[in-house]
Parts: sequence; C-alpha cells; structure tokens
Amino acid sequence: MGTALLPLTGKRGTGSPLLALFPAAALLLFLAPVLAGLASTALAAFGYLPALGGTAPGLDPWRRLFAVPGLGASLGLTLRTGFLAAAVSLAAVLGLCATLHGSRLFRWLSRMLAPLLALPHAAAAIGLAFLIAPSGWVSRLLSPGLTGWQRPPDIAIVHDPFGLCLVLGLTLKEIPYLLFMAVAALEQIRVREQLAVCRTLGHGRAAAWLHVLIPQLYRQIRLPVYAVLAFSLSVVDVAVILAPTEPPPFSVLLFRLFTDRDLGLFFPASAGALLQLALTVAAIGAWRLGECAAGGLGRRLVCRGGARVPEGPAVSGFFGAVAGLPVLLSLGGALALALGSLSRSWFFPQALPSAWTLAHWMRHAPELLRPAGVTFAAALAASAVGLFLVIGCLQNERVNGRNPAARTLWLLYTPLLVPQIAFLSGLQVLLVRLGLDGTWTALVGSHLLFVFPYLFLSLADPWRAFDLRYRTVALSLSGSRARSFLRVELPLMRRAVLFAFAVGFAVSANQYLPTLFAGAGRLTTLTVEAVTLASGNDPRVTGIYALAQAALPLAVFAAALALGARRRF
Amino acid sequence: MIATLRSLTVTAAVFAALRLAQAQGLPPTWEGILERARGQDVYWNAWAGDEPTNAFIAWVGRRVKETAGVNLVHVKLSLTAEAVSRVVAEKAAGRHEGGSIDLIWINGENFLAMKEQGLLFGPFTHRLPHFGLVDTAGKPSTVIDFTVPTEGYESPWRMARIVYVYDAARLPRPPRSIPAMLDWARANPGRITHPRIRNFLGSTFLKQALYELIDDPGRLVRPVGEEEFLARSAPLWRWYEELKPLLWRRGEQFPESGPAMRALLADGEIDIMISFNPNEATAGIARGILPPTVRTFVLERGTIGNTSFVAIPYNARHKEGALVVADFLLTPESQARAMHPEGMGNPTVLDLDRLAPEDRRRFAALPRGVATLSPEELGRALPEPHPSWMNRIVAEWERRYSR
Repeated sequence: MGTALLPLTGKRGTGSPLLALFPAAALLLFLAPVLAGLASTALAAFGYLPALGGTAPGLDPWRRLFAVPGLGASLGLTLRTGFLAAAVSLAAVLGLCATLHGSRLFRWLSRMLAPLLALPHAAAAIGLAFLIAPSGWVSRLLSPGLTGWQRPPDIAIVHDPFGLCLVLGLTLKEIPYLLFMAVAALEQIRVREQLAVCRTLGHGRAAAWLHVLIPQLYRQIRLPVYAVLAFSLSVVDVAVILAPTEPPPFSVLLFRLFTDRDLGLFFPASAGALLQLALTVAAIGAWRLGECAAGGLGRRLVCRGGARVPEGPAVSGFFGAVAGLPVLLSLGGALALALGSLSRSWFFPQALPSAWTLAHWMRHAPELLRPAGVTFAAALAASAVGLFLVIGCLQNERVNGRNPAARTLWLLYTPLLVPQIAFLSGLQVLLVRLGLDGTWTALVGSHLLFVFPYLFLSLADPWRAFDLRYRTVALSLSGSRARSFLRVELPLMRRAVLFAFAVGFAVSANQYLPTLFAGAGRLTTLTVEAVTLASGNDPRVTGIYALAQAALPLAVFAAALALGARRRF
Repeated sequence: MIATLRSLTVTAAVFAALRLAQAQGLPPTWEGILERARGQDVYWNAWAGDEPTNAFIAWVGRRVKETAGVNLVHVKLSLTAEAVSRVVAEKAAGRHEGGSIDLIWINGENFLAMKEQGLLFGPFTHRLPHFGLVDTAGKPSTVIDFTVPTEGYESPWRMARIVYVYDAARLPRPPRSIPAMLDWARANPGRITHPRIRNFLGSTFLKQALYELIDDPGRLVRPVGEEEFLARSAPLWRWYEELKPLLWRRGEQFPESGPAMRALLADGEIDIMISFNPNEATAGIARGILPPTVRTFVLERGTIGNTSFVAIPYNARHKEGALVVADFLLTPESQARAMHPEGMGNPTVLDLDRLAPEDRRRFAALPRGVATLSPEELGRALPEPHPSWMNRIVAEWERRYSR
C-alpha cells in the first residue's frame, strides 16, 4: 500500500516532516519503558536483583523453574487451551461472516456482540461461572425439580481438567472482538460486488466466501487474531476463575510464583516470564506456518475448481447459534450477578434469592464513586492520547510511505505478547526511580502501553484498506493535505475511529496489573477494586463491583455505536 | 553504690533509647510522635477479602481521625505479596525514604521474608503506650510469629485460631480428631476439601493434621531438614494418601482460597471447612453467606493459633502516623470492637487483667455469637510450627501430586 503511494507523494515533491515524527515518538514513548521493564525481568531471570539478594548471575533461576512440579502439564494445558480458544473464535467469526453476512440476523448479532466487548474479562468469567457451575444459576433453576439434586452434583464443569470451560470463557470475549474487527474490515472489502461476480461465474455463496472473501478478510484481521492467540496464552484473571487448578495454566503458575510469600521465587518467576514470551512468539510463528499451509491448500483447491462447501439453513443456523452463545451466556451471567448483588441470602437449590436487600448497594455505592471517576478519567485520557498517536502514525504511512520507523512499529505490540506481571514489575521500579508512581502520568502512561496496540490493531487495517482515490480527489479539489484529512479522510473513517476509541476505553478500564503497579495504592480503578474484593468471594460484593466495572465501558460503547450509526454523507 | 550503678544503667538505657529514636529519625517522646502524626496520611495496605475486616479498618480510620488527626487510607490488597513486592521495588529503585506504604497487615512468612530482606522499620513496639497491655506471656504468639521472635518489628492487633466450620443440619456429630476425620470421609466421600496447597489455609490444613499425627509435636517448633522431615512426616502422608481421593472432586481440584471454600460449604458441596477465624460461622450467618445451621468445632487435642500483626516498611513516609494507628489498634476500645461477634469477632491480644475495670467491662459486655465457641471450648492454642515445616509440606505435596 505504502509503495503505491510513493508516486503520488513524490509528485507533490514533499512529504510531511511533522507526521514523520509520529512513529519515532511512539516508539520512544513505548519501547523505552517496555524494554526497561523487560531488561530488569531478564536480569532477574539470570539471578541479578540486588534488592532481593541476587548478586551472582547464573542459570540457577532456570534450573529452579524447570524443577517446578507440574511445569510440563501446565505448559501443555496453556498451549491446548490457547490454540483451541483462538481457533474456535476465528472459525466461528469466519463461519458467521460467510453464512450470514448481509442478513438481518448478522446485523442483529454484530449489534448484540459489540457491547460484550466492553464487558470486562473477569466480570464475564465470574458471570459464566455463576451461571454454569454445579451450584450455578442454571443448576438452581433445574433443581431439585428436574434433576432431583438436593446438593450440587460432584462434576467439574468449571475448572474441568481439560480446560474446556476456560476455552468457553475466552471465546465469550474473543468472538465478539474478532467479529467486531471483521465487521470493520468487511466495510473495506466490496463484499456485494465480489459475491455478484462469483455468482455470475457459477459459484455458490459459501464457495465464494471460502475462496475469495475470507482470504481478503483474514489478511485484514490477522493482527487481531495474533493478539487473541497471545491473550489466550497469557491471560491470568479469566484462567484463575475458570481453568483447572492443579496444575494451572502456565500464566497462573507464573502469577503464583511472582506473588508467593517466598520472595526467592521471584527469580524462577522472572525466568518463567521470559519462557512465556518465547512461548507466545513461537505460538504465533506456528500459527503463521498454519496460515501458509491453509493458504496453499486453498490455492490447490481453487486450481481444481474449488471445494464443495456445504451450505444451507442448517450451516448458517449453526454459526448463528455459535455466535449467539456468547450473547446468551454473558447476559445470563450478568443477570445472575445482578440477582446475587440484591440477595440477602441465596443457597442451593433455591432458584431465586430467599431474601432480598438493597443494603449491599447502599453500603458500596459511595465507595464506587472515586474509583469510577479515576477509571473514567484514565480511560478517556489514555484512549484520546492513544488515538492521536495512532492516527498520526497511520497517516504518516499514508503520506510519507512506510519509512523505517513505520516499519518497526510492530514492536509496539510487545506489551500484548509479554506476560504483564513480568515486565510491569520491572517498570514499577523504573516509575519509583523517576518518582512517578501513584501519579496520573504513570497511570495513563501505563494504560497507554496496552491501549495503543489495541487502537493500532483496530485502526491499522481499515486505515490501510482505505480507498486512496478519495484522497486523490480530495487533494486535487482542496489542494491541502490537512483539509483533505479533516474533511474527507477522517469523516470516512469515522466509524472505525469511534469503535477504536471505544475499544481503547474498554482496554484501559479493564487494566488490573498496570493500575496496581502504577497507581501505587494512590489511584485505584473499579477493576482493581473488583478483583481485590472478589478475593472475598462474597457473591453480593462481587456482583456489585463486576456490574459497576462493566457499566462505564458499556456506556462508552453505546455512545460510539450511536455516533457511528449517524450518517454524515 | 548499687543505687548509683542502677541509676547509671537506667540513664544509659534511656540514652540508648534516645539514640535509637534519633537514629530512626523519630521524636524521642510519644507526645512528639503524636504531634508529628497529626495531619499525616497513613496508607495501610491490608488484604481486603473480608467485609467485616474492611468495615473495621474503616472504623479505625474514623477513630484515629477524631482522636489524633491521622488520615488513614485503606489500600485494599488481594494478596499481601502485592505490598511486599512494592517495597521490594522501592528498595530496588533506591527510594529508601518517602515510601508509598506506611503500614502493612502481615504475619508469618511474609513477616519473616521482609525482616530477612531488611525491609522493615523497627524495633518500634516499645514506643507504643498500649503495648504494655498485650498478653505476651499468656498469648506468646503476640511476640513469637511462627516461632520467629518479632523483636519489636511488628505489633499484634488480633488473634486468629484454627477452627472447623460445619453444617449441623447435615452433619450432627462432626469428627473431632484427625483420624476420625478420615473415618468420616470414608463414609462420606467428596464432602470435605482444603484450599490449594500454596494458599496459606491449604498448607495449614496439613500442618494441623501433622500436629496430631507426628510422634513428638514438640519437635515442630524447631527448624527441620529434608531427611528428618521425610522421616517424621511419614504418618501425615499415609493419612493424606488415603484422604485425598475422598476429598471434594476426588482431590483433583482445590478451591482457590478460604472464601472460595466457604462458598462450597454454603451451597452444600462440602460439609466441613477449615478456617483461621474463630468467628467465621457467626459472621457468615449474620451476613447471609452461610446457612443459619452452620456451627464451629475444634479438635480434641487442640488447634493452632496465631496472631495478626501490623508492620511498618523501612522506608515508610509517615512512620509517626503509622505508630499512632498501631497503638490505637491496641486500645481496649479498638480491641473490644474487633472482638464483637457481629463485626470481626477476633479474640483480643490484650491481657484483660491489666485493664482498668471500666475497660474490662467492655469485654464482659460483649455478646457471644450463635456459632462461636467460648474460650473454654476453644481450648488452648498450639503454637505455629517453624516455617521450615510448612515450606517442606508444600514442597513435598507438590512433588507428590503436581504433575
């Protein structure tokens, strides 16, 4: 795309030196803290951390890491659930697009799924567990009448040994996210025209999607897919709630090592953090190889005249149901949490609380205000700054071509690939050294590390797929790059920008560890309060904070959707 | 002559105390400390997983504001390790003063770890006017934390005790010894569990069993090496090997924490749970998170007791304010409030005989919770074993079962 631009910019004689600064600035702003954090983790991984008495570098942390009981099983579990969750989510979204795109059901589903993006992972997982556990709401509704259970059955539905419940919990959030990305990407592909061409050539709808549209769609959502894979491999909060416990997934194992009362475990934990990084990079590499294999297979099929793809109401119904499941489970979970927060007491097998009260809301409402304010302000600031930087970087690409700095921007995904706790503990030391811990700068800055890559993920593909002829016309009519950008290019991207903003807001509002480390107990958000109080396992308190935590990003999403739906042209 | 010597020694002691105070940068008198504490923000980092405790800390905040002008902020933690790692980070960054944590709720292993790494301020308990009321003789765990002498580096604020909570509606006669528990589990498989082994309550479950199964319990208060541990803990593992498949989910899964286990009891997934809070059952009933039929029992041969402390990081910004809060926690007013069964319900660290009559009445007037045992029923507390026992239990458990 960038090379195609060069003749145009070349003809005009100048690029934009101001825009050229953006990638460099972004790299400096983000890479410095991440690298500093990583470096300190790497030092600890090889035994150097004087504050904990580690002064003799060596391989001892690695030896201790590999001696951790259950390490192999834990890694196996992580790989199994990580790949499965990413593959299932991707298959569901591609299948949904292929079978239902353009239908009313598709529009309805994508509207229903979008708000789920705003639902915090932990809250969604808690809601799911609340719903489907042996003592959960579904089981309560059916017992003892239909099941005969006076006590919850002794079956591991949540924390099942294979990790299926974790996979389900992950897809609950990943399907909406990928669908969201796909919907934005599909706007840049002329679906209807291409389908018509395929039809006239005698191919069915499904074959057209499989051979023509999905390859184009996939190319646009490839980075989000990698992010989903990396997330599935390194998630902690969802895994604690849903994954097997003995041994747990590797991310949880690491988290336990990092937070163990034995401070000496910090060294093998740091080594483990590097291992997790390597694991994620290797997994993405393997996925990439899988892409090549799938692409080769696809091409061979096309050469043979295309595959016979099953289609019909059964297939589209199946994918509709798969995509509908997250809606159903999330709504059910949220409802169960809401009921829980209003209960005075509610024991199995009562279908509804035996006594109701508003007392818990009354007691906690005043305590919600301050963290809610911090959450809102930090998320607003982080997404606004992030959006400014991301658009600057992308516009630089469009105007100046992909200069070296632009080509290294992928480094900004590092925060998504490294296990958070590993590089954040190093970053915390840096913040303390600079005297920035507990300040708004630190809070917004640390959120930006995660908001920025997600904004970039959300915007890069639609931005690059922008039809440049609009710009050519706008430039020739206005004669000004700024006017072309503000009057034509930005308004055309309005929906993608608004959605990206909402994603950024939700990402910021969801941050747990960065807030914990940067906030230093001075600034705290709803997510931190929710996770902290969830350790008390009081269903009422958990429900109140999970719902409060979800409310803000949901509201921002609703606003973004409403604004995006209005047509300007 | 002797009198002169004695006065000399006293003078020397006073000088030593003054020098120590100066070295610590503190005012030499309590009045001076109070003066400097006024207006200070004290950031108390404390685990926030227990609503009654959170409410108590909020009350302490209101009271120290009224009485001493100290602004107490409860920094809510999901793990004490969060605060420990923050102090480590500050030390690593060279922030040796002006640290962000003034007070930590701590005990046992976390205390030992911080003390060994030189992360704590002290000794300071000798500066607290109310520390003299603490029953250090009758409740030795107020000065010996997991066999480690506190040496004034942490100040007690409440007593904890292992109890077992059970649902009397389903289980009229709970098993009151470790072997009886196994017999009961044989007849009722899947009805008991413990939190995962690296949660302190998980290892406590096995530690308590070891107390009853080991030949010579007196050995537990001294450090233990690998070989001796394996020899002496053999009866524990024989017992646990048989119990494990009889646990909830066949012993293949464990609840994440004590509160997660409490939810299992509430919904009838299990019938017995271990707790470190003697008031767990009463508080749970009062809050509607445990059925009204739950009750408490302890083992016939006694259960382990310990103490919760507060400590001050070496680099705390507001040490004076932290001292004022630590001292307030030891006042009869605060201790009686902490013991109220509708609040936390933790036994006091004070020696009631040393209190003024009107203060003693505060305690006498306290109601006893419906599901809380009397001090007589609780019986004597067994001291915590040396931390090495716990560490080896955890390591051996993981070696055997984490694959």
